[in-house]
Amino acid sequence: MVTTTVDSASPNQPSPWASRIAVTTVYFFVLVLFLKNFNADTWSALLGFVAIHVYSLVVLRFWNNMERTTAGNTVIITPTLGYLLIAGLFWDGFSVWPWSTFLGLVVIQISAFAAVTYWRGLSKAPPTAWFGLVVILLYVLIAVSAPVIAPFGESEIVGYEYEPWGKEGFLLGTDNLGRDMLTRLVYGARNTIGIAFATTCLAFFIGGVGGFLAAASGGFVDQLLGRLVDVMMAIPSLIFILMILTITGTSIPMLIVVIGVLDSTRVFRLARAVAMNIVVMDYVEVARLRGEGMWWVMRREVLPNAMAPLVAEFGLRFCFVFLTLSALSFLGLGIQPPLADWGSMVRENATLITFGDITPLLPAAAIALLTVGVNFVVDWFLQITSGLRDDT
Amino acid sequence: MGKLMAMIVRRLALGLLTMVIVSFIIFLGVLFLPGDLAEAILGQSATPETVAAFRKELGLDLPWYVRYFDWLFGMMQGDMGVSLANKREISELIGVRLKNTLFLAALASIISVPLAIILGILAALYRNSFYDRAVNVLTLSSISFPEFFVAYILILFLSVNAGWFPSISNISPGLSIWEQAYRCALPALVLTLVVIAHMMRMTRAAIINLLASPYIEMAALKGMSRGRIIVKHALPNALAPIINVIVINLAYLVVGVVVVEVVFVYPGLGQLLVDSVSKRDIPVVQASALLFAGTYILLNLTADVLSIATNPRLMHPR
Repeated sequence: MVTTTVDSASPNQPSPWASRIAVTTVYFFVLVLFLKNFNADTWSALLGFVAIHVYSLVVLRFWNNMERTTAGNTVIITPTLGYLLIAGLFWDGFSVWPWSTFLGLVVIQISAFAAVTYWRGLSKAPPTAWFGLVVILLYVLIAVSAPVIAPFGESEIVGYEYEPWGKEGFLLGTDNLGRDMLTRLVYGARNTIGIAFATTCLAFFIGGVGGFLAAASGGFVDQLLGRLVDVMMAIPSLIFILMILTITGTSIPMLIVVIGVLDSTRVFRLARAVAMNIVVMDYVEVARLRGEGMWWVMRREVLPNAMAPLVAEFGLRFCFVFLTLSALSFLGLGIQPPLADWGSMVRENATLITFGDITPLLPAAAIALLTVGVNFVVDWFLQITSGLRDDT
Repeated sequence: MGKLMAMIVRRLALGLLTMVIVSFIIFLGVLFLPGDLAEAILGQSATPETVAAFRKELGLDLPWYVRYFDWLFGMMQGDMGVSLANKREISELIGVRLKNTLFLAALASIISVPLAIILGILAALYRNSFYDRAVNVLTLSSISFPEFFVAYILILFLSVNAGWFPSISNISPGLSIWEQAYRCALPALVLTLVVIAHMMRMTRAAIINLLASPYIEMAALKGMSRGRIIVKHALPNALAPIINVIVINLAYLVVGVVVVEVVFVYPGLGQLLVDSVSKRDIPVVQASALLFAGTYILLNLTADVLSIATNPRLMHPR
């Protein structure tokens, strides 16, 4: 690990002093601000500051081992400076949402870092892929720092029902209960994307492990898992989900588990098919002869070689889960009020459409835009990883 | 030919087995219900004695396998039990609605299947042209749109702004078939847009796959026009995957109607299912889930059989 300190960096590298100064300045400001107005909320802000400092230190530590570039330094300094700036400018609200700010800045930082590292590949990406990437980044940013962006509280009733656009600071009007539409949209990003992401991860964990296991062990286990998945896939998934939700009731953990398990069948099929081609390779044979266990073989030999199709499938699965979840919420059987969610927002405000008002289309458009974006990126990713051209 | 028949019979047997297992899974739902059916029907105020008596009346004291076969044979004879919510016969509730749902799905497939094939052939014919690219992006987008988004956009433009179609598809048995079709036009259009992309892309891909084969080149060297080559030589050989994807999409249509029916307040099976789920009316949910699953399995089975029957290579497996 890192043995050299920051000071002993070689002279041809840019000095890390900039970031040190930044961190120190943050501390100074925090102290002043804390002394100025101290209340219960500021504890959470204080924790946020500690987090940003620890985070910066960790990044600096790791950075010592890596290539030092201007971009690298920018990556370290962005969150600190951004945090400072936001803290200074919006102190009133800031004591409420330090964590959201922190995460938002980390997202910006990571994407900046990724953009710099993979610039060579990115610059060749088609415009559709760029569009998709920008959309995804924007959504993640909004989801992560929702309280910073939203003008009001998530389920706060701030006006009359169905106010028109732009009236009294309601940029997109209000909904059926007089809650701010823009605020609901922003928080909806957090809830809908967050739950869909968790569900997809669960589906991938179950389906991936199951698929690799079936491929690696073969024989009875393979047959058993395969037939189980066949039966589960014989029932149309939306109907199956509806049926199980009747029994279990709709709560968020239940939604995640039910959709995740049912969707893992598709992941299982893919993971098994991909792993089937890998487990017959010589290097897997060698690993087995070496006496490695099943888990080791799956994790160290099969997984890295199955990564590309699985990543692409992750994108597609995410879209699918996202659409299923929105459809369920739209039917009133998914994410329950008062949580903001795009599917249920469409349902709640649907009556407006008969008056020619497009407000209820906004959350639906938000869903559509994200899935289109993810699809474009997956399309591009599949093209570069498989060397496919557009002649298939 | 005997080999083909054997293969089809094996598929059918497998389908029947799947059907039985699926019905069992659906039946299991009741067993996991917190409390039981008797308590659910009688409500909280019932004394333990009444519950016990009622359990006996419903046959809940019998072992689960007896109840399963009872339920299954009842289903087969059209006796689906009684709804918890309004105590009506489920078969009576479902009958008309099932017909409505099938009508909507049929209407959507009548529009979408020919359109998808024609668009797919055109895309293959004018490959990499502006038309092809535009259709590609459009279909890729329409796959990613939620159904209710497409539905509300169509309502906004075709119903609210233009006033051509009713935004609520309220049909009753007394109407003439044309009137019914007119009222279902918007939901059918939505379903068309949802399924057309997949079928069209598959048609295009299946035809383009064949265009590199020597016999196509031969036909081109003979001086045949491109359109004629595709329709006469490529299409018949590409039929198996196309039929397969069409039938799978028809299966999807029957299931995909759930959301669309809710948007258009269409009195179909999907609407009933959603209502029953929110009321937690288990017997109705089971009956409609079984119907949906049955249709889905049947159509998938048809896809399997048809793709065997139309593909010479699958007919004579090595």
